[in-house]
Amino acid sequence: MNRFALFPLALLSAVTPSAGETTVIRNATVLTVTKGTFQGSILIRDGKIVEAGEKVLVPDGARVIDAGGQFVMPGIIDCHSHIAADSINEGAVAVSSMVGIEDVINPDDPDIYRALAGGVTTANILHGSANPIGGKCQVMKMRWGKDAQGLIFEGAPPGIKFALGENVKRSGSPGNGFGASPGLRYPASRMGVEDVIRQALTEARAYQKEWRDYQAKLDRHEQAIPPRRDLRLEPLVEVLEGKRYVHAHCYRADEILMLLHVADDFGFKIRTLQHVLEGYKVAGEIAAHGTGASTFSDWWAYKAEAFDAIPYNAAIMVRKGVLVSLNSDSAELMRHLNTEAAKAMKYGGLNETEALSLVTINPAKQLGIENRVGSIEPGKDADLTIFDKHPLSNYAKVEKVFIDGDLYFDREKDLEERPGKDARKKALIDKEKVQEKKNRKKPEPTEDKKSEEPGGAQ
Amino acid sequence: MKTGMAVLTIFVAASLRAAGPDTVLLRGATVHPVSGPDIADGSVLVRDGKIAEVGARIAVPKGARIVELKGLHIYPGMIDSDTAIGLTEIEAVREMSDLSDIGLFKPQLRAATAVNPASEHIPVTRANGITSVITSPGGGIIAGQCVLMHLNGWTMEDMAVRAPAAMRLEYPNIRMPNRFFASEAPGRASAYSDAKKRYEQQLRELDGFMESARRYRQARAAAGSDFETDLKLEAMIPVLDGKVPMLIRAEKEKTIKEAIAFADKQKVHMILERGTEAWKMAAELKAHSIPVVLPPTLRLPDEEDDPYDKPFSIPGELSRAGVKFAFASFGPGAEDNPRNLPYEAAAAVGFGLPQEEALKAVTLYAAQIWGVGDELGSIDKGKWADLIVTDGDPFETRTQIKQVFVKGASVDLDNKHHRLYEKYLAR
Repeated sequence: MNRFALFPLALLSAVTPSAGETTVIRNATVLTVTKGTFQGSILIRDGKIVEAGEKVLVPDGARVIDAGGQFVMPGIIDCHSHIAADSINEGAVAVSSMVGIEDVINPDDPDIYRALAGGVTTANILHGSANPIGGKCQVMKMRWGKDAQGLIFEGAPPGIKFALGENVKRSGSPGNGFGASPGLRYPASRMGVEDVIRQALTEARAYQKEWRDYQAKLDRHEQAIPPRRDLRLEPLVEVLEGKRYVHAHCYRADEILMLLHVADDFGFKIRTLQHVLEGYKVAGEIAAHGTGASTFSDWWAYKAEAFDAIPYNAAIMVRKGVLVSLNSDSAELMRHLNTEAAKAMKYGGLNETEALSLVTINPAKQLGIENRVGSIEPGKDADLTIFDKHPLSNYAKVEKVFIDGDLYFDREKDLEERPGKDARKKALIDKEKVQEKKNRKKPEPTEDKKSEEPGGAQ
Repeated sequence: MKTGMAVLTIFVAASLRAAGPDTVLLRGATVHPVSGPDIADGSVLVRDGKIAEVGARIAVPKGARIVELKGLHIYPGMIDSDTAIGLTEIEAVREMSDLSDIGLFKPQLRAATAVNPASEHIPVTRANGITSVITSPGGGIIAGQCVLMHLNGWTMEDMAVRAPAAMRLEYPNIRMPNRFFASEAPGRASAYSDAKKRYEQQLRELDGFMESARRYRQARAAAGSDFETDLKLEAMIPVLDGKVPMLIRAEKEKTIKEAIAFADKQKVHMILERGTEAWKMAAELKAHSIPVVLPPTLRLPDEEDDPYDKPFSIPGELSRAGVKFAFASFGPGAEDNPRNLPYEAAAAVGFGLPQEEALKAVTLYAAQIWGVGDELGSIDKGKWADLIVTDGDPFETRTQIKQVFVKGASVDLDNKHHRLYEKYLAR
């Protein structure tokens, strides 16, 4: 049985567009995250939140969704994910800033729908951590059913992945390469990691100067030959100019400080430290640099540099003034970031709003999209998740998810559609069986060939 | 499941004394015995490491230490039915893992001998209310002997509840090479037929090994004192005698079916491990009274076109079908974080598993599956006093575990994580 033949069954039927439509979600417990919690309604028009409050007048002709007993929160934002990408790592070189996730978006990845069903509406899709300077990131909305272009979070500031520590060094160790690299690849130590980053930024600075000199000549109406374009250095010039955010994978306190010093020397800010499991050891320095931290709730001990990871990391950093988010880095964890947030209450005593901020407004700020998403406020995108119970409860499940005011996930509808999908799946399998029988009658393929079809026996 | 299974107690007798002569009365809490209805304002009397009495009113025995727990809750300690605790300290560091060894048939290997009682994972895990775990060896076909142990003790002698708790078998299946590892890269169109041949060969070897073990047992019974011992085959005797169950890993329907047939033919007492497709075999599992150690609930759907919530709804389906199961934290796609065991159970409750059943699947059912239903898993007279005191429902993340008792002894809830927290918060 061919898995891919069945794949379209997983697709949700097309989203009903609501452009120009007015929707009111009412009777809900509304967790705005930034403006308190109340029993009331949310008015949505043209994909935006128009009003949110205890008393909201329902306009004529508005679609009314009764969310009695339910909880509405802003769509969850994951600052670190690798779903919906056909490839993740360009690990053959130590600096791969010329590649980007935008070019490999796979809108058919069922993990998009699964993330939606976990209440996620926006995610930062990053390049992997195979090299000190990785590829460009892409912020996406989980608009399941749209094409690659349709997933892109229009207007989100561009980003790039940096990475430090063990994953980066690994390609310098024999027998542990990231597939693509045939031999040893510099760097193999944390010293080398710093060197690679400084070298690349130094080159970028020289490249930036070439273009500035060229522009200056043009401005003086002198004859000038444009420099040769360098697609590897261009994104790094944007980094130097603060136009492209650096999201840096890191673990240990020493390498965190190293990177902050490098950024200081080159005159830019690291936008976020990713994973940053020892961030709690240098939280004061991170806060002073004005850098955000995006961490796991409680992963630890899966590798040497994660052995001092503690579940109190998020809470300590929050208390020391760092802008903190919790991310998934995993299509599975991405499905329950709401309860991951609850762990920051258990470990370190954050309050409800602080906990919910870790997966909503804080990652929105880290990605520079807080004017659009991350809280329930008039003027923001109507990206909303409705839970049947309080989202910080392990018993809660997602009932509905709106993006830009459109209903992208509806549990009721998902359940209703299952028998139909099962029937279609069965029909396809039966059809394939018939086809297989027909093929078998043909004399051509030998016994050997047939047995090579994976799963044929099942 | 045979609950009356003969008990293999190697260590327990010695550890009885270690619990001390202390008598402690825990009172004023809501007691959740799990085996019966909750007791509001209830008490638990602990003597010599065991539960001496449970009820609404218990007279204070002379010299008993009284612990007032007004407003709090007492639950039995939770049991994680699949972990690597003590065998692996840091997963990615070869030197810090004793999880698996070389070879296909290694029934003589015992997890109990390699568990590090000083592992940082032990205090980290019990701080969230998990008081005993199964630690299993891995790799090969017969991987070795699992241990059921308390998460407290200076040595394995203090910790072991059952050693062995089970013999672990990874049932052969047609496993395609992993494309992420260069050494396994298929590169040839024959990858499937090679995998199939390997699987068929392994099945023959498994049958052969079981046959050798059976003949060895027979020869040994017939032979005199000069009989030459074979450690591998010797280790299989308790399994063949039905005294030690076989924990058989089988994920897909086809493999589960084959594993059940194997257990029938070999007359071994089977516990199904992982069983991602156990729901397709629910009727057979129930008919054969085969319990299941579930894979983590918090995982991605096993098939691309499964409903998004399939892993969350499977425990409810199995429960309705009458299959007995226990939750576990270890498994594919999971983060291997045993302290999150209660959340694996809770995730199934939102999708159709009754809360009481979920609680039993991390306490009483787990104990019953491991053959210690009369020693662990509920707050009943005569059982080990493995108790947790909480300020609420242990399935909710926000609930704090206030106290933990293992074999009646109050255990330190401090751990590496908390120490680093205090140290760096004060920086």
